[in-house]
Amino acid sequence: MKLKLLGAAGMALFLAACSDHANKNVNTGAATQQVGPTPGSEADLVATAGDRVLFALNQNTLSSDAKATLDKQAAWLAKYPQVHVQIAGNCDDRGTEEYNIALGERRANAAHDYLVAKGVDASRITTISYGKDRPTAVGDDEASWDQNRNAITAVQ
Amino acid sequence: MTSSVKPLIPDDDADRLAAAFGRRGFMGAGVAGGLMATPLFAAGAAHAQAGDAEITVDQARTAPIPIVLPSLGSGVAQQITDVISADLANCGLFRPISASMPQGTPDFGSYKSMGARAAMTGKVMDQGSSLRVEFRLWDVMTGKQIQGTAYTAAAQDWRRIAHVIADVIYGRLLGEQGYFNSRIAYIARSGPRARQITRLAIMDQDGADSRYLTNGQWLTLTPRFNPANSELAFMSYANYRPRVYLFNLNTGQQRLLGDFSGISFAPRFAPDGRSVVLSVTRGGGSDIYTVDLTTMARRQITSSGAIDTSPSYSPDGSQIVFNSDRGGSPQLYIMSAAGGDAKRISYGRGYYGSPVWSPRGDLIAFSRIANGSFSLGVMAPDGTGERILTQGFTVESPTFCPNGRVLAFCRQSSAGRNGAGFATGINTIDITGFHERALPAGSASDPTWSPLNK
Repeated sequence: MKLKLLGAAGMALFLAACSDHANKNVNTGAATQQVGPTPGSEADLVATAGDRVLFALNQNTLSSDAKATLDKQAAWLAKYPQVHVQIAGNCDDRGTEEYNIALGERRANAAHDYLVAKGVDASRITTISYGKDRPTAVGDDEASWDQNRNAITAVQ
Repeated sequence: MTSSVKPLIPDDDADRLAAAFGRRGFMGAGVAGGLMATPLFAAGAAHAQAGDAEITVDQARTAPIPIVLPSLGSGVAQQITDVISADLANCGLFRPISASMPQGTPDFGSYKSMGARAAMTGKVMDQGSSLRVEFRLWDVMTGKQIQGTAYTAAAQDWRRIAHVIADVIYGRLLGEQGYFNSRIAYIARSGPRARQITRLAIMDQDGADSRYLTNGQWLTLTPRFNPANSELAFMSYANYRPRVYLFNLNTGQQRLLGDFSGISFAPRFAPDGRSVVLSVTRGGGSDIYTVDLTTMARRQITSSGAIDTSPSYSPDGSQIVFNSDRGGSPQLYIMSAAGGDAKRISYGRGYYGSPVWSPRGDLIAFSRIANGSFSLGVMAPDGTGERILTQGFTVESPTFCPNGRVLAFCRQSSAGRNGAGFATGINTIDITGFHERALPAGSASDPTWSPLNK
């Protein structure tokens, strides 16, 4: 996993260095000269494809919006074949702790299976579930719960 | 239990019980000392004979038993008195009455006029590194000594002596084993709600002597005691691989339980302590497995393809209640401990979860979720007699005290849009639904009640 991560970062540096060539500032480090997210990075995934899909109450069905996001993730992953991702499934807090661990994994698995069906090598994707213990929105209203029923793809 | 139970057990039986409260482990009182109990005979007063209960738990629930608890002295003696009094008052079945310690035999006439049914007398002798606590329990109506025992233990074990005495009072007056000499393991929580720091923690059942067992580096959930009270099964996200681990309370060592490709979670020990039942994710669902703790052999006992989780054994080990959405929504099911056909037992409105079987065998406690709020309830193992004990934004993770009379659970309040207002803590409630109170555990969740301390 570490080697792959270095691979992605190394390529990002390389790309950044190329883009920096014109302003002759290569040696000061790529990060300070970067315009926009580093290609192949988590931020790039968020900007290019979106990192998360949302689910209805107690559901793991992928909506058309969710499929559109995952299509973009699949395309992005095809562009950066060295990148590995982990999909984290999450739940609102209207279920029990243990059931929600399984439900979060079910959601992560739905996203996983969709990406694999779209041609992403299964070995590049791991899944995890945080149940209701890592809420995106910290409130307890419908709008927050909507945000918290998700599967979030993160670059490893 | 019912009024058919004989409450006034002979002194020697009580002493055997007390002697069974042997050494606590390294994570207990932190000392290796035992607790010695020796009988004290009544001076000039007749012993009460064992007989049928004059006071039952049900009667005590309606009208807590008034009991005279004079201070045993100053310093640690007062502290012991306070712990005994708090145990008895907090369980909701006793009403302690303060008094001065009588010289010799108590003045039962004055106790009667105070409305007392029972009285404690005793004294504490500080023997340097050890304490000797002489304790007598009296029936105020008859003037007879119900119990007389001298307890000797290491000085730092004074809380344990107090809990044992409170258990003896509970046991002798109500006819069933007390539960005060026990602990609760839980998850201590701190930090912002979106990323809470979670630590495995343990405390006495009254909230005293709390300590962390893990450092909070990883998300940690759902501790469960083994029947020997020496080990916790729990879930940790260590190295971002959520799995079930065992924590040895005597050595502090942790070890991974089983090697599953999915997430392993929701562990509970079998009543014989030889195996752990847990669930493991597979695809879009989770299966229930048992893991033999000697051979580490695992055995899959469900394969519905749906989510099967939160398994909990009946106390005789023959059946398992669990949570499954195989029928379309999370409900409670019962199956043989070997697996096979499962029978749905929950039929109320909404979803059900976190079932746990009472140590008495007669009840299953659970959470029920409807209209966005939680209820905590109990039902018979055949699904009949469902009773809701309490409700709230979140009330979940019920766990029975050793005698099955009280549940501890996690109560959480809802947060506003910015997260303010969220609170999570551990409460206890009598299985009749009376006497809910918060334990002084701070920000906490996932309580699990230990067996009686050894």
